[in-house]
Amino acid sequence: MEKSNNQPAISTGYSSWRELPHIPVSIPCKGSIGETGKWRTFRPVLDAEACIKCGICYLYCPDGVILYQDDAVPEIDYTYCKGCGICVTVCPKKALEMVQEQQ
Amino acid sequence: MKTEQEKEQTIIMSGNYAAAWGAKCSKVKVVSAYPITPQTTVVEKLSEFVDNKELDANYIRVESEHSVMAALVGSSMTGARSFSATSGQGLLYMTEMLHWVSSSRLPIVTTIASRGIAPPWNIWADYTDILSIRDCGWIIQFASTHQEIFDSILMAYKIAENSEINLPYFIVYGGFIQSHTSKPVRIPPQKLIDDFLPQPPKDGWGHINLDPDKPITHGNLVMPEQEYLDFRFLMQDAMIKSKETIKKTINGFNTKFGRNYNGLVEEYCCEDADVVVIAYGALAEQNKIAVDQMRAKGCKAGSLKLRYIRPFPTEELLELFNGKVEVIGVVDRGTAFGNPTGGPISTEVMSLLFRAKRKVKALPCIWGIGGRNVTVDDQVGLYEKLLRIKNKNEYPTDETCQHGTVWMGLKIGV
Ligand code: SF4
Ligand code: SF4
Repeated sequence: MEKSNNQPAISTGYSSWRELPHIPVSIPCKGSIGETGKWRTFRPVLDAEACIKCGICYLYCPDGVILYQDDAVPEIDYTYCKGCGICVTVCPKKALEMVQEQQ
Repeated sequence: MKTEQEKEQTIIMSGNYAAAWGAKCSKVKVVSAYPITPQTTVVEKLSEFVDNKELDANYIRVESEHSVMAALVGSSMTGARSFSATSGQGLLYMTEMLHWVSSSRLPIVTTIASRGIAPPWNIWADYTDILSIRDCGWIIQFASTHQEIFDSILMAYKIAENSEINLPYFIVYGGFIQSHTSKPVRIPPQKLIDDFLPQPPKDGWGHINLDPDKPITHGNLVMPEQEYLDFRFLMQDAMIKSKETIKKTINGFNTKFGRNYNGLVEEYCCEDADVVVIAYGALAEQNKIAVDQMRAKGCKAGSLKLRYIRPFPTEELLELFNGKVEVIGVVDRGTAFGNPTGGPISTEVMSLLFRAKRKVKALPCIWGIGGRNVTVDDQVGLYEKLLRIKNKNEYPTDETCQHGTVWMGLKIGV
């Protein structure tokens, strides 16, 4: 896996255990574990016609990669969407569908 | 006239109440605990203190011991002084979270009223509960008197909250006889206690502070090539370093409060002893009477009480072995099935004989399991066994000695 630019704080700058803090702590940042979009085998695809802009998918996405503002069709950030399919399961209008990556 | 804050009081109380009083006088901010025999009266007393507003703390009620420790992980991460108490099965149920606490380096203090593990059900003194989680990164201290339970809690927070250490801390005492009998306990003036143990810094422990305004993530995935191994080494390093902090803290406490606690071990008549029994807990305290009786008969007997098993008093034991002692009896009140000796601590103590400069013989023993009574006569009997080894190189061959270990009180018929 390619490494993202956003590495957790822990993995930079320690060459000796003597310099380490008691525990690893990281400052939350976008994609701190790397580009999780590369984990995907299926991608959620949104049918803007069927979407009623309720935002339920945005609430349930465990990775916070659905961008949603009131009255707009949500957008999915495929760089980090790991393809779990939860958004598809919770959509009340079946406006989301999982599609195999190669297709 | 002296105010309430400046007065010393002596109160007759149970061992469990001494634990509750220790938490109260340490001004803990969060208590979470689930009642379990024989610990229950600790948390009953604490909830009473909170209810009466004698203790300004949050008492978090939860559905299990696992959740108890999970709740305290959260509270301690905000820098709140946090306390719990448990026993036996409850401690085992907590096990996963115990690692979360130590690996997050949180200075939580918990008292254990040790009891036998079920099945069959047993609620009497037996340290198998604490011994079976001895390697989870908590400091483990035994308290063998009521006063020691109370005093130890004050010292425990001071040691655990030291930023060089930041390890959680267990204070362990025997279920029922110690937890439920009553004795006088001296409660020093609160002012003096506050002076010894000030409140922790407002902005939390140096290494972690949960603050919604400064979000952090903790417990993230750490890859094999990253520093997981190094963080584990840091815990061992802190454990070893804690020995000095423990000794300094005890000395400071003795001076301030007029007590006489020893360091990691407490020796009784060991300087010139040929035979020494090494044990822990209240039975190690009682063992001093057996020493007196042996001494009255002209035998050079000694007793060494392990006050701590984590960190392990390696240097103190080596000093004993490198001195005059010829035979040691090493006693567990707890089991470790399949261990070379059947007891965990006797195996650890005996492993150090290899590092001693001279040959010392050893007899491992297991006593008091499931609250089985151990009398001074029984303890004198153990010294006599050690003397036979010393004088005639005769190890016990009777049926209570199985697989090289004496199981004191094992039923063998007539
Ligand atoms: S598939 Fe999973 S990760 Fe991707 S947008 Fe849906 S809920 Fe979020
Ligand atoms: S849950 Fe379905 S309908 Fe609601 S916003 Fe998401 S895609 Fe649209």
